[in-house]
Amino acid sequence: MPAALPTPCRSTRRREGSAVTSGRLPAAAAGLVMLALLQPAGARAQPVSGLQARTLAAACATCHGTEGSAPAGSPIVSLAGRPQAELRAALDAFASGTRPGTVMPQIARGYTAAQLDALAAYFANRPPAPPR
Amino acid sequence: MKRRGVLQGLLAGGAAAAVGGCAAVGHGRAHVVVIGGGYGGATAAKYLRLFSGHAVDVTLVEPEPAFVSCPASNLVVAGIRTLADITLPYDTLTSRHGVKRVQDRADAIDPQARSVRLAGGGTLRYDKLVLSPGVELMFDAVRGLRQAQAEGRILQAWKAGPETLALRRQIAAMPDGGVFAITVPEAPYRCPPGPYERASVVAGYLKMHKPRAKVLILDANEDVTSKGPLFKRAWNELYPGMVEYRGRHQVSAVDARRGVLEFDVHEDLRADVLNVLPPMRAGALAVQAGLANANGRWCLVDFRNFESTVAPHVHVLGDAIQSAPLMPKSGHMANNHAKVAAAAIVAELRGEPIDPAPMLSNTCYSFVSPAEAIHVASVHRYAAAQKTFLTVPGSGGVSARRSVLEAGYAAGWAQAIWADMLG
Repeated sequence: MPAALPTPCRSTRRREGSAVTSGRLPAAAAGLVMLALLQPAGARAQPVSGLQARTLAAACATCHGTEGSAPAGSPIVSLAGRPQAELRAALDAFASGTRPGTVMPQIARGYTAAQLDALAAYFANRPPAPPR
Repeated sequence: MKRRGVLQGLLAGGAAAAVGGCAAVGHGRAHVVVIGGGYGGATAAKYLRLFSGHAVDVTLVEPEPAFVSCPASNLVVAGIRTLADITLPYDTLTSRHGVKRVQDRADAIDPQARSVRLAGGGTLRYDKLVLSPGVELMFDAVRGLRQAQAEGRILQAWKAGPETLALRRQIAAMPDGGVFAITVPEAPYRCPPGPYERASVVAGYLKMHKPRAKVLILDANEDVTSKGPLFKRAWNELYPGMVEYRGRHQVSAVDARRGVLEFDVHEDLRADVLNVLPPMRAGALAVQAGLANANGRWCLVDFRNFESTVAPHVHVLGDAIQSAPLMPKSGHMANNHAKVAAAAIVAELRGEPIDPAPMLSNTCYSFVSPAEAIHVASVHRYAAAQKTFLTVPGSGGVSARRSVLEAGYAAGWAQAIWADMLG
């Protein structure tokens, strides 16, 4: 791998994922109500199979790293091995708008509650990759 | 019928049992050939191995010795990054994931015999073929362009590599007070925001080093095709009087010696550096194989598994496909195509049903200056009734404003996707 591209904003950069551990999570009930309202028309409350969860999660891997382990030094957080409830709450907060962000609010609103459940469970159960 | 056919074919080949959950062919294992080592093909090669638990053999056919990224290549044109920064080896696909690599060019596909002929003379047999051929630039659509291109006078630099550096040198050699002109072809083309990003970061360079120079964007489309308000605001605020945008300017001919662009209706224009992006279509191999069945330019696929609608067991990814509504031709999207296709191919080889409702997402960053970037994001779900991907209502969007924060994420995105496809 070549060296990471220089990031010109190292000193001031916020991390979108930081609220996962910040404790500034919204009331879960309010988040869920908001999320229910946000479910796209035509999206069925289909259960998500294990294979579907893996493929869904692979879409997240494009930015968050294969199997949820971001490259060392990435400004984009790793998801692998984080507590399921925290991941799920973060996705709710992005989708409902209670947590600000750049890309993640727009992405989180594209998935059903069942899909977000599956994603949170999938990444919580990945072992964090050792640093390479 | 198609899925059953694969299995029957595999069984007829003498595969009595599944190996590691994967049906085998003859005395060997299922073999997938991947043509093209870009964002689609490299991702497919890696994820076919991951999703099959390494039970499917994968051969990646790519003539180049290393991967050179188109995303971030505008930063090389602007002198902010080097070509080495955006060049990565293929070695890890082999050492970590067991992908067999063939450094050769695929010359022809025979879907009936399920074989690929290599320029070097060999032939590869496959159970499934993944074709990620990228785009071909249609130089002949602009009179004089093919020769000007061959002489190195008018560059595209749309496929990253030596031309990226050559364009960088042309811009660096331009006099203060000179004009850099970039033409944008009618959509669809590879990387919708790319031309506007290039104009922006070149303006960023010129502002520092040749402040009397101009950047002229001549767009065959009616208006900026991606992130329009954000780009226009950046041009007005960061480069007032330097960047000029003209829509509905379809270039019809070039005169490289005089540095002149001719248009279908507008008057000729002269510039010091001409960067002409001609119309595009699916990579030449796909067109030759008869897979480009949408206007002879793009490949129609079944969006559940990206299988060509004309050639069974041939799965086409990335920029070469006839895109679904609001689906950009981007590296990120090709990476997501590859994962859906890889999952479906592995399921089919195992004789299992494929996901009837796959999802895709896209995030695309553009730098508007050396320090600031913007994004567009979208989420797409398969709509069974329409047999295509549609964006999920209420999802997706663009940046509220350009920011240093998103420039950091843009760099992080590149690092992450490169590791996801090649690491």
